[in-house]
Amino acid sequence: MAAASLRSVNPTLPRTLASPTRSPPFQSPFLRFAPASTTSFNLKPLVTAPAPSSSPFVTRSAAASPQERKTFHGLCYVVGDNIDTDQIIPAEFLTLVPSNPDEYQKLGSHALVGLPASYEDRFVEPGETKTKYSIVIGGENFGCGSSREHAPVCLGAAGAKAVVAQSYARIFFRNSVATGEIYPLDSEVRVCDECRTGDVATVELREGDSVLINHTTGKEYRLKAIGDAGPVIDAGGIFAYARKAGMIPSAAAA
Amino acid sequence: MASAVISSSPFVCKSPAKDLGFSSFRKPSQISIHGCQKKSISRKIVSVMAPQRSSSTSGSVKTGMTMTEKILAKAAEKSHVVPGDNIWVNVDVLMTHDVCGPGAFGIFKREFGENAKVWDSEKIVVIPDHYIFTTDKRANRNVDIMREHCREQNIKYFYDITDLGDFRANPDYKGVCHVALAQEGHCRPGEVLLGTDSHTCTAGAFGQFATGIGNTDAGFVLGTGKILLKVPPTMRFILDGEMPSYLQAKDLILQIIGEISVAGATYKTMEFSGTTIESLTMEERMTLCNMVVEAGGKNGVIPPDATTFNYVENRTSVPFQPVYSDGNASFVADYRFDVSKLEPVVAKPHSPDNRALARECKDVKIDRVYIGSCTGGKTEDFMAAAKLFHAAGKQVKVPTFLVPATQKVWMDVYALPVPGAGGKTCAQIFEEAGCDTPTSPSCGACLGGPADTYARLNEPQVCVSTTNRNFPGRMGHKEGQIYLASPYTAAASALTGHVTDPREFLQ
Repeated sequence: MAAASLRSVNPTLPRTLASPTRSPPFQSPFLRFAPASTTSFNLKPLVTAPAPSSSPFVTRSAAASPQERKTFHGLCYVVGDNIDTDQIIPAEFLTLVPSNPDEYQKLGSHALVGLPASYEDRFVEPGETKTKYSIVIGGENFGCGSSREHAPVCLGAAGAKAVVAQSYARIFFRNSVATGEIYPLDSEVRVCDECRTGDVATVELREGDSVLINHTTGKEYRLKAIGDAGPVIDAGGIFAYARKAGMIPSAAAA
Repeated sequence: MASAVISSSPFVCKSPAKDLGFSSFRKPSQISIHGCQKKSISRKIVSVMAPQRSSSTSGSVKTGMTMTEKILAKAAEKSHVVPGDNIWVNVDVLMTHDVCGPGAFGIFKREFGENAKVWDSEKIVVIPDHYIFTTDKRANRNVDIMREHCREQNIKYFYDITDLGDFRANPDYKGVCHVALAQEGHCRPGEVLLGTDSHTCTAGAFGQFATGIGNTDAGFVLGTGKILLKVPPTMRFILDGEMPSYLQAKDLILQIIGEISVAGATYKTMEFSGTTIESLTMEERMTLCNMVVEAGGKNGVIPPDATTFNYVENRTSVPFQPVYSDGNASFVADYRFDVSKLEPVVAKPHSPDNRALARECKDVKIDRVYIGSCTGGKTEDFMAAAKLFHAAGKQVKVPTFLVPATQKVWMDVYALPVPGAGGKTCAQIFEEAGCDTPTSPSCGACLGGPADTYARLNEPQVCVSTTNRNFPGRMGHKEGQIYLASPYTAAASALTGHVTDPREFLQ
């Protein structure tokens, strides 16, 4: 798949939403669930996604299997505790509809603009649409506040790959997984106290254990396994995953 | 994980809870099939795959279930669930509004097809309320988008607004979604209600499972009528004692959030019971459940009783089946409060758990007061503020903004006499006190909104507000300072120009 090979060459390609808009519409609006089977939630061999069209959405890479190492490398952006959704994406930008491609990009340009002025390094430079930071490092209760899906969406749209935080608010975590926009990873210690904005880091996701490596300080941190949420995000979100798992008719099969 | 630490507060008793032996715990009454036949489950999904493990049935004695566990078990067509179970749940009502609706429907169409139909056009309630009275073109466009979706899908409940210049010219328009859901009879005991808004937990006041979800989850529900949920464990909060005349439900929830912190209930249910809860009106119970999300809670729930049934049956004839926690249900934490000893509190900037006694903040000079939102803009909230203004007989010292949550609330403010005020209405009392004229009903400035939103904090001012969050920038300006408070405390503060305990003017 074109996108997958591109990503293996340049792993810092921004991850964007899969777009099955070219798929034929399903005949039945109702889910057809496969009969209870032992393989239902294991990843099957992946269906090739439709080729990217003129849509600004690039088909997401779905080539990773659970055993394969998934790696993100880049700069860290460090924030504190209780970063709420109003700081991630202020309410005035909620008129932007995430499922609209142009507005999706605009959301990215406003990511984390609600942080107070005490954050001198801004996540997205004024005038830019993408961030130079791949990994957001947070403290406790990251993403608290509103249920607005715009929060994980704007981070993903801006180009961030993962958040590493001590803990998450549940709706933010759930939305990150459902949209597949960003990996919400749990650290075991207060990584936000030990990393600085601009540190170079790598996040390695593996079956069973994952790590954050801060190349600037030379320290490594274990991350909690992302578990069942991982394959959902790998696939591109809950819908793509449901299609792969046979829970809803796949586009290719319809 | 419940710990054995006893809170340092003299009013709170916290104990780890397994099986409960409280003799004072009110035994749940028998499950009453209230008024009607059992509701039929949607038969549209032919066979359901349960990919995750179901609850253990390997010979162990089944413990009782909490209210939330029972509601979810029934909605998943299972006889028994335990916290941690991932289950597919049938949804009774899905609510969305102007901010998240376009995104949710956009995802629905993208994933199920341009010609797909929603799972049930009578179980979706679309309530424009967030960015309504604004010239922001995108905001206006979002209401138009929802109108088109509702027309195409034949959505039964769409509380539309077309004339932005006069809300009263729109007979269908309601206002704030969580208040409208209750007022229009969409909240019923025992049901599962989801909404694309974090304060959907408000409806837990009706003894149902209600929680907020994002656009993608909502798009999934639109197509299937189902959602995958993990059963939450329940924290129990028992509030006993007579409610002092100067205290309101807002004080109770701010007290609790201050106790357990903004992440104290993350992924958990907050169940409220006790003699104080039983004495609360439905609107006060809504205020309590509304801010469950501010403690990180998944949902809030209050056992339904005669107060609940009376409210619900006056607004809907849809049958419902209330449920109650079993006597031997397991709770992960137990908190007890002696409400008669509590005092009015505020949440200081910039966190809902930054609790302080109102009287200890009396030196804090303020610039404005805001009374509104799903949390503090209901009829009884305005009645309370008016009662205090009337008792004081003075004028406000700072701009005081009044934003009724819905059309009904607005009408009540202008029509209902305030008890003990010689026949005067809230509106009359507000006018005499020098407040701003009550404005068009919507979410207003609770969350800032477009730049031209009425009462938006556009400068770094200090505001006492009856709303639900005070993180930096919440009402607009990033350096704005928001003190969350009850309507009584907000009104008292307006009269002095400082954060003020309402006892200065009441009793």
